Amino acid sequence: MTARRVEELDLFGAENDRARPRRSRPRERRKASDDAAARAETAAGADPGTKPESAIAISTLTRIAKDVVEGAFTPLWIRGEVSDFKAHRNGHWYFCLRDESAQLRCVVWSRDRQRIPAAPDDGMQLCALGQLTVYPARGDIQFRVTAMEAAGDGLWRKALELSIAKLKAEGLLDVERKRRIPSFPRRIAVVTSPDGAALHDILAVLRRRCPVVEVVVVPARVQGDGAVDELVAAIERVSRWREADTVIVGRGGGAREDLWAFNDERVARALAACEVPTISAVGHEVDVTLCDMVADLRAPTPSAAAEAAAPVLADLASQLGARATAMRNALQRRAMTARTRLQRESRDLRFAATRGCERRRSRLENTAGRLNALSPLATLARGFAVARDDSGRTLISRTGFAAGMHFRLTLRDGEIGATVDSGGEGTVPDTTIE
Amino acid sequence: MSYEEDLARIESIVSELERDDIELDRALALFEEGVERLRSASKALERVEGQVRLLVERSDGSFELADPDR
Repeated sequence: MTARRVEELDLFGAENDRARPRRSRPRERRKASDDAAARAETAAGADPGTKPESAIAISTLTRIAKDVVEGAFTPLWIRGEVSDFKAHRNGHWYFCLRDESAQLRCVVWSRDRQRIPAAPDDGMQLCALGQLTVYPARGDIQFRVTAMEAAGDGLWRKALELSIAKLKAEGLLDVERKRRIPSFPRRIAVVTSPDGAALHDILAVLRRRCPVVEVVVVPARVQGDGAVDELVAAIERVSRWREADTVIVGRGGGAREDLWAFNDERVARALAACEVPTISAVGHEVDVTLCDMVADLRAPTPSAAAEAAAPVLADLASQLGARATAMRNALQRRAMTARTRLQRESRDLRFAATRGCERRRSRLENTAGRLNALSPLATLARGFAVARDDSGRTLISRTGFAAGMHFRLTLRDGEIGATVDSGGEGTVPDTTIE
Repeated sequence: MSYEEDLARIESIVSELERDDIELDRALALFEEGVERLRSASKALERVEGQVRLLVERSDGSFELADPDR
């Protein structure tokens, strides 16, 4: 674009009294587009605005008015009640701030909204930081807001409530989502400021309770500009890394507004999505932050978080010892039972065996007695003898004998040989062998 | 095998051992396993002191544990 020399009204030169319009020397100006009207006025040769011929264009006046107003007021905090709030589709917010007797149109450009937690509601008492200006298209005085605070943290509360409702609707606050914190972690990741009191407290507790646990610090700013981004990045890093068993995310106590990063929805979502079980430790006893609600476990302070994250080493050792004893005792008891049973079995066996033998023996003796009673030996004992021929046949009749025949006599205590003197005479009573 | 897994296994071994109807052979086998687990769990408690490290992510997405004093 070619720079063009144009004449211009300089009603309010920087060195001059701004309140009083006056004629000024024409001066060089590089911006050409907005000054066609001014050129025409100058050409008329009269003081601008003093005559119909030197009438000033509205756009000129409003532009100048805008410069004047913006120059006259530095950014200010103002206070009033919100009315007519409208969130435009283009992302800008429009509303009025008013008191009993006056009102002022306010705008929040969409790019300025990121520093404001939530949209205000009509009727809300608000303090707004902004620049008084003129909106040329309407000729309105307008207050361009860059920050606002509602009484009693109203906007933060509202933003938090909106976020809670959203996360709740998505199920991210469900109790069933809560994971168990490992009772014996090897590695604990700590997302916090590397030089904050929180880290110091956590390290002190872990060193005291369980010095074998490795602590991995994942630094992140916890308040101020960039805190949200850094917290999200750090949590996501731990999640990707996956080598930690537990992650503690937190900071030491602070003013309510210092904790706000932990009420940020993005941080809460990162925490909810974290692959590693999470403990929140925002050192503020009164306020429960969004992160507290999303984390698997909420600890009231960083020290408490460290206590929840790691066991006392000495307890573990005695726990192991108790298990060892229980195991040994159980086995000993089992072995004892086995031995007792074995002893009982062997006694039973012996008893059964003995009894069987005795029974057999007594039967044998009984039988032997009866046998004995029938034995011819008993008869022999009474003085009888049995005669047998040489072939062993018993000679029970005199007809079996012949004179001179040799035979044998069995007596009580043995045998003798004998010979028949005379055969088959006389009568001998029948001999019966019982 | 993590300490927690070891401990959980030991617990279940103890409770099985404490039952009256367990086979003696099984009891002996369980006891041997339990002793092994106890040894491994104790080892976890005897490691050298854990250190404080810094998690550093390299540009290629890999991770490194750095000494925080460096």
